Amino acid sequence: MDSLKDKGCIVGVGESAFTRGSGKTELRLMLEASAKALDDAGLKPHDIDGIVGPPLGASAEHFAANLGIEDLRYSTYVEMGGASPVVALQSAAMAIAFGVANCVLVPCGWNGYSVMRVSAGGQGGSGATPPGPLAGTIGAYYLPYGAVAPVQWYAWLATRHMKLYGTPFETMGTIAVTARKHAQLNPQAYMRGRPLTMDDYLKSRWVSYPFRLFDCCLETDAAGAVIVTSPERARDLRRPPVYISGVAEGHPYPADDIPARPDPFVIGLTFAAPKALRMAGVTLKDLDFAEIYDCFTYVVMLQMEALGFCKRGEIKDFITPERIGLGGELPMNTHGGLHSEAHVWGINHIVEATRQLRHECGERQVKDAEVGLVTGWGDFGDGGLAILRR
Amino acid sequence: MAAGTQGEYKLPLPRMRGSAVEFYKFCKAHELRFQRCTDCAAWRHIPRDMCAKCGSFNFEWARSSGKGTLFSWTTVSQPALPQFAPLVPFSPAVIELEEGVRMLSWVVDVKPDELALGMPVEVVFDDVTPEVTLPKFRRRR
Ligand SMILES: [Zn+2]
Repeated sequence: MDSLKDKGCIVGVGESAFTRGSGKTELRLMLEASAKALDDAGLKPHDIDGIVGPPLGASAEHFAANLGIEDLRYSTYVEMGGASPVVALQSAAMAIAFGVANCVLVPCGWNGYSVMRVSAGGQGGSGATPPGPLAGTIGAYYLPYGAVAPVQWYAWLATRHMKLYGTPFETMGTIAVTARKHAQLNPQAYMRGRPLTMDDYLKSRWVSYPFRLFDCCLETDAAGAVIVTSPERARDLRRPPVYISGVAEGHPYPADDIPARPDPFVIGLTFAAPKALRMAGVTLKDLDFAEIYDCFTYVVMLQMEALGFCKRGEIKDFITPERIGLGGELPMNTHGGLHSEAHVWGINHIVEATRQLRHECGERQVKDAEVGLVTGWGDFGDGGLAILRR
Repeated sequence: MAAGTQGEYKLPLPRMRGSAVEFYKFCKAHELRFQRCTDCAAWRHIPRDMCAKCGSFNFEWARSSGKGTLFSWTTVSQPALPQFAPLVPFSPAVIELEEGVRMLSWVVDVKPDELALGMPVEVVFDDVTPEVTLPKFRRRR
């Protein structure tokens, strides 16, 4: 179980500008992020010999062609929606541990506002052939009833949780408000300068009950990139390495249909969490912060219960502004997350965790951060977990 | 009659391939049928090639009683597809049938704020076009 422990480390991170209207292709956005990650690491493009390609927008070979990687020794993809970047760390660590590649680039990004905006009937919400195994289920069984968007699918879980366990809207609101508060300390957060109160949250319009507008993440054009290499290679690079101490993926069962699940609250992360924690040899109490994939507020709560921070149904008592805010017992989404920094498929959560562990975060720095976790969530509940340490 | 529509049916129809063609063929005959393994008798939905319980490729399309309960729902105020805009608010709901399978549908005769976990429902068939019939549910008393 500890085969990948500390075998790979993150040595470079970068991102594109976060906008609504990039005027650029997804590939261009991801290349800009990749160039920044390379510069951050002090690596040259041709040092990269492995690429875990993004789930959409470009192929690994597109990256190799642009970056001038003549000998791309390893390329693969992770098709797990928003869980893809975190799970890509597992592929990268595997490739490095077995000597298949030395230096692996993980890019991810999209024009989530200007091209694929779900709320404007864009590709993301049209039901027009979403990627992977979900297309068949959605097209045949969800589409005629108008359920084609993540905000609707995940709401089934949220409604049931609220009704069974008396989970109040204020718990969801606390997640949204805290993310926005943290974004005020992040110079590149899209929502910097626009604070949010619980009252604003509770008064925001319904999108798909029990989700209001501010239960939903941002729609932005944005990309990020992460570079993973071996501890040996990391020694003479520009930044201190951040070790991938534990990493695992998990899939809900069945992964291609939500209604059919024997237990709807068993998600991919339920399977991934014990594996990654055991690999890293840490317990939840050891964590200095948590970057939790926050496409929707309730999805954060679902993941926190799956991680084991509290028993099922008790998330309403666990989530408090004091506990998850900066300075609290478990600061969460210290950059503002998908809710208030930008929607970059969660690769921005990896970027933030890396910077927190390098102690580069200025006003929002978690004091003496040594170890943190990053989750990914995608499609119908695919999950990934990475335990990172300095 | 399709809720919220008059004349030509404007909402998207199911994209049918493989087993979905058969599922909706039975709906057109006003029969709700799901796959059931003929080796271990396990019901399943959505349709599959194999029985996940015993590994068998053998199955029948067994008729459901059509009776079930409401497992969960969402109430859409901002639809992702513009065709659904005239219907808001509407509630894509997860129905648990007596046989144990669950499916997505609508509860057609209950206002969104009156929906409740465990509400008894039964299937009704909505012939939305001459070719396509959608299974929907109404409150069972
Ligand atoms: Zn069987």
